[in-house]
Amino acid sequence: MTVPDTVAGTPPATTPTSSPAPPPRRRRDGRDAAYWLYLLPGAVLFVLVIGVPLVGTGYLSLTRWSGVGDPTFVGWDNYRQLLDDDVFWASFRNTLAMIVAMVVVPTLLGLLLASVLFDVVGRRFRPRTAAALRAAFYLPQVLPVVVAGIVWGWILRPDGAFNSVLDAVGLGALRHDWLGDPDTALPAVMAVMIWVQIGYPVVVFMAALQRVDPELYEAAEVDGANWLHRFRAITLPQIRPETFVVALTCTIAALKVFGPIFALTRGGPENATNVPSYFAYYTFFKKLQVGYGSAISTVLTAIIVVVAVVFIAVQARSERRERGR
Amino acid sequence: MAVTTTGIPVRRTVRDRHHRGVSRWVVLALVTAGALVMLVPFAFMLLNAFKSPGDYSSGGPLSWPSEFYTTGLRTYWSEVNFPLKLWNSALIAGSVAVLGVVVSLLNAYALGIGRVRGRLWIVGVFLLANMLPQEALIYPLYYVAKEIGLYNTRLSVIIIFTVIQSAFGTYLLASVLGTFPRALLEAAALDGAGKWTVLWRVVFPNLRPTLAVLLIFFFIWTWNEFLIPLVMLIDNQTQTIPVALASLQGDRLMDAPTTNAGALISLVPAILFFLIFQRTLARGITAGAEK
Repeated sequence: MTVPDTVAGTPPATTPTSSPAPPPRRRRDGRDAAYWLYLLPGAVLFVLVIGVPLVGTGYLSLTRWSGVGDPTFVGWDNYRQLLDDDVFWASFRNTLAMIVAMVVVPTLLGLLLASVLFDVVGRRFRPRTAAALRAAFYLPQVLPVVVAGIVWGWILRPDGAFNSVLDAVGLGALRHDWLGDPDTALPAVMAVMIWVQIGYPVVVFMAALQRVDPELYEAAEVDGANWLHRFRAITLPQIRPETFVVALTCTIAALKVFGPIFALTRGGPENATNVPSYFAYYTFFKKLQVGYGSAISTVLTAIIVVVAVVFIAVQARSERRERGR
Repeated sequence: MAVTTTGIPVRRTVRDRHHRGVSRWVVLALVTAGALVMLVPFAFMLLNAFKSPGDYSSGGPLSWPSEFYTTGLRTYWSEVNFPLKLWNSALIAGSVAVLGVVVSLLNAYALGIGRVRGRLWIVGVFLLANMLPQEALIYPLYYVAKEIGLYNTRLSVIIIFTVIQSAFGTYLLASVLGTFPRALLEAAALDGAGKWTVLWRVVFPNLRPTLAVLLIFFFIWTWNEFLIPLVMLIDNQTQTIPVALASLQGDRLMDAPTTNAGALISLVPAILFFLIFQRTLARGITAGAEK
């Protein structure tokens, strides 16, 4: 400890904040092998609950198996079959629709809503008004998504609330079995997913905006920048890290979506709303084709890993470029 | 709702000051309308949860109930043995929250403070594991659980989610602990504290706010989980609230008022958590987004 200007006679400072930069030897100490012991329980659990099952699914995808007896090794057969399976392709097309409904629309709408709530409502009215409106948008996010799906399933039924509203406003001609018709089921599910998802970006972006220096906005306003100018020149660049995080987590959620599909349509009608995760679940537990279900799951896993790695690489690169400027 | 942003002619000229005063009200009205649209499904649910089936079939979903009918609620409550479902959900989510935080903390202590070799790769693996689709794990987990007698037990779900949630927790806490003030650790080490003591006397108290947020997150996430409980928990004794509601879907018992009553009861705990933890959560979401 080097405490040069200590008054003689005072004991060496023991308050942690006053201790100087660590001597180099500390670093080797910090890499003490004993720390591995702390990782041990977590690592064992991780290998048993995630590692082994993941490898198991990968292996099962190369077999034919009903879940009873021994799996028969069939090589790449399941994957070849997947390529010719219309349901498989339909499920991934529907995933694109889920990405629109759970990533693209909520992120864009969330940016606008958060910015309007923060910039206009929060500053021209009272912040409490903005907080109350934010809570309304966020509420669907706290519910078990299956429960939300069941309520929406009833609302969109032929005798449900939505058709009654159409009747009430004189649009009775539009009455429809929204989830039962292959043409309208997917748009209906997408609308529900936007409702479910929108609160997440709104809350994250509003929190992000609180981080932005208010003087930036004030200076811009003095310079005569209107709301749109401020949105493009300050809001968007300042909260780009959060936008990345939201886009990534929402994309992963869209690729994995299961509960709402289960509650709303079970993938029907005629696979119009089937998605990979429900297709895999159905293949595992209803059709008892474990090998085929494993192949679907493995493809989905591979896609998710690629998407995540690409996202993170792009983010890292854009951060570096930002810093280089 | 896309309408909310069009029609905000916020021209900043001196002449327009009065105009701006009006347009802010237009913006407020549009955003409020959007927020009300978000709440409409809840209004439908409330309206129909207290309606008798006869009332529903004659008046339809939009009519005002002619009597305050609670039989639907009571039927659902007793048919699914709701208190037991509540206990199952609370037991599973509570255990996962506590165990998940402990495992995350131990992992993160080794990775963030201990800086064990290869920690970046290990953290990366935890992060990716958090993103995996549960379908990629479910069949082997289901099969092994059956083999070792853990199938249809709450313990199986607790173990699985402890690991899945702590994958995220490890990732988050490892990056938080990566910036932990070294001086605090130095001081404790000089006082002769071992690693175990440092963890619980120095790191833990400093990390308590973050751990609280993580605890609440784990609780709510696990509470809302669906696929793994659906596969693992197959009878009335073990099922959670969302699984109980979903497995009654399409049942003869579930006419429209009972469906709404069941959904309403199932939502109440989630909404209560939301109200209780709102502040902590808002803080936590920011923490999550920055990491």
